Amino acid sequence: MAATALHLHSDLAGRYESNPATRESAWVKWTVIGVSLTFFALFILLPLFIVFYEALRKGWEAYVVALVEPDALSSIKLTLLAAAISVPLNLVFGIAAAWAIAKFEFRGKSFLITLIDLPFSISPVVAGLIYVLVFGRTGWLGPWFIENDMKIVFAVPGIILATIFVTFPFIARELIPLMEAQGRDEEEASTVLGASGWQTFWYVTLPNIKWALLYGVILCNARAMGEFGAVSVVSGHIRGETNTMPLHIEIAYNEYKFSAAFAVASLLAILALVTLVLKTFIEWRATQTLKRSKT
Amino acid sequence: MTPNAGQLKKSLRRSLSLLALCFAGSALAQTSILNVSYDVSRELYKDINPAFVAAWKKQGGGDVTVNQSHGGSSKQAMSVAAGLDADVITMNQSPDIDILVERGGLVVADWRKQFPHNAAPYTTTSIFLVRKGNPKQIKDWDDLARPGIGVIVPNPKTSGNGRYTYLAAWGYALDKTGNEAGAKDFVKRLFANVPVLDGGGRGATTTFTQRDIGDVLVTFENEANLIAQEFGADKFDVVYPSLTIEAEAPVAVVQKVAAKRGTEKVAKAYLDFLFSPAGQEIIAKHDFRPRDPAVLKKYAAKFPKVKTFTVDQKLGGWAAVQKAHFADGALYDQIIVLKK
Repeated sequence: MAATALHLHSDLAGRYESNPATRESAWVKWTVIGVSLTFFALFILLPLFIVFYEALRKGWEAYVVALVEPDALSSIKLTLLAAAISVPLNLVFGIAAAWAIAKFEFRGKSFLITLIDLPFSISPVVAGLIYVLVFGRTGWLGPWFIENDMKIVFAVPGIILATIFVTFPFIARELIPLMEAQGRDEEEASTVLGASGWQTFWYVTLPNIKWALLYGVILCNARAMGEFGAVSVVSGHIRGETNTMPLHIEIAYNEYKFSAAFAVASLLAILALVTLVLKTFIEWRATQTLKRSKT
Repeated sequence: MTPNAGQLKKSLRRSLSLLALCFAGSALAQTSILNVSYDVSRELYKDINPAFVAAWKKQGGGDVTVNQSHGGSSKQAMSVAAGLDADVITMNQSPDIDILVERGGLVVADWRKQFPHNAAPYTTTSIFLVRKGNPKQIKDWDDLARPGIGVIVPNPKTSGNGRYTYLAAWGYALDKTGNEAGAKDFVKRLFANVPVLDGGGRGATTTFTQRDIGDVLVTFENEANLIAQEFGADKFDVVYPSLTIEAEAPVAVVQKVAAKRGTEKVAKAYLDFLFSPAGQEIIAKHDFRPRDPAVLKKYAAKFPKVKTFTVDQKLGGWAAVQKAHFADGALYDQIIVLKK
């Protein structure tokens, strides 16, 4: 949806700006621009700058030391592992859900959409507590897992489960509006021409949604790495074992190791910046492809 | 099937095997014990652990890793009750260990008798930390209840540190007014001066030192000394009130977990180490009051004599305190509601 909206916007923008009826006087224009830029600088650029400033305050060496310290390294590894598992799984679930919702009619469809949105509306802390209540020692399934020597909460699987839960809607939400807008004409044509279900999916549906899909994956990944609330509840905070990067940042900060905390925070910030660049690139590519397909 | 589908299958299989690896990882780990502790004991156990690992190896116990987990003490206790696999817990108040006796018998009922000194290897007291030069002239508990003073205390519901502060104020007021109604009124006035209730001791420290909120921080003696070290002695002054509480920091083996993981021996040895002269020495270095008289004498300069009472002496023991003060709707809740 983001891609199409963007495209429409760029199409209309020229006419809107050159039309005297929709133009404001100069001072209004510059005041509004000035206010927004100041706000942007104060609330987004400044904190971002402070993260890097604090991280490097004790010098480059202290920065590197803070990042290769065993507890920090293990938190980075765990964060990457959680993202590496939850993102592909959500990719599969997301495509499947979006496909079913956009291309088929069935009863309970709007209910399914609401269910997919659930993780957005539930506070992450509650999401974490759900897993503790289900898989904890006194939970519904917890005793069985503990009997069989499988640790879920307060261990890596719990962290992965919580991450999957909070990042669940990202990909499906990105795909559903686009797939609905595209309709199912092309799929129907492909079926009429004798393609199997898989072939239709691989050669027709997937190429049509690939940019939105990538966009969803990037957002999903960013959230998976940055998640704090839900993971904090199920983690147990065992140093070097169940601390993810956001949790490690909190611990380092609480131990008066401010530059170490900001060093790991800056890594997360860099990740966010890379995500932004990728996202912009993908939006640009998507607009290009759309334009080309129109001409 | 197209090659793309094959690839998808492969990556799916890979993620599944990774998931399986996570499950297996917990079973394969070498000998390690997990010490679940409260919020401000981080620095202490960072020093205790390597010393114990060396001592254990020297005794012929082999290699062992000690893992740490810290947070507000009651929150940590609830995590253990919910399945966090702690071999030992080192808390700052006994209710957080008693709850593990009640919930699933994780700890043996007579855990206080398993180690000397009520199973508390050290004590500390609740004291005041004020801004340099004591501009608001805060000398004793009465000053904390004065109007216009900002008092920073961690939440008594979630942290032992806050609970001791509350009880210290209560004990002081009880002595002064001679009755419970007077104590309730005094503590109510004191808590009306609290602008933020942080979840744990360290959170309260950050509020007071980093965010510059409040005129006085009530916290443990060791935390106050640590703040002076971290932020410079020229920024804060320590004030000892005329009467305060002795906070025993109890420890216990989480029997059920240790038995299952086969770590009973090393878990017990770990806690024994805390009571040994070497352990007591490290404890004293971190500004906790050691039990060993010889070690206490050696570090006497660090620990000014202060008049204290214990929960057992003045307030009838933890079980009574729990019921009268911290149960839902009990005195603490009434005071906080009245505050609003």
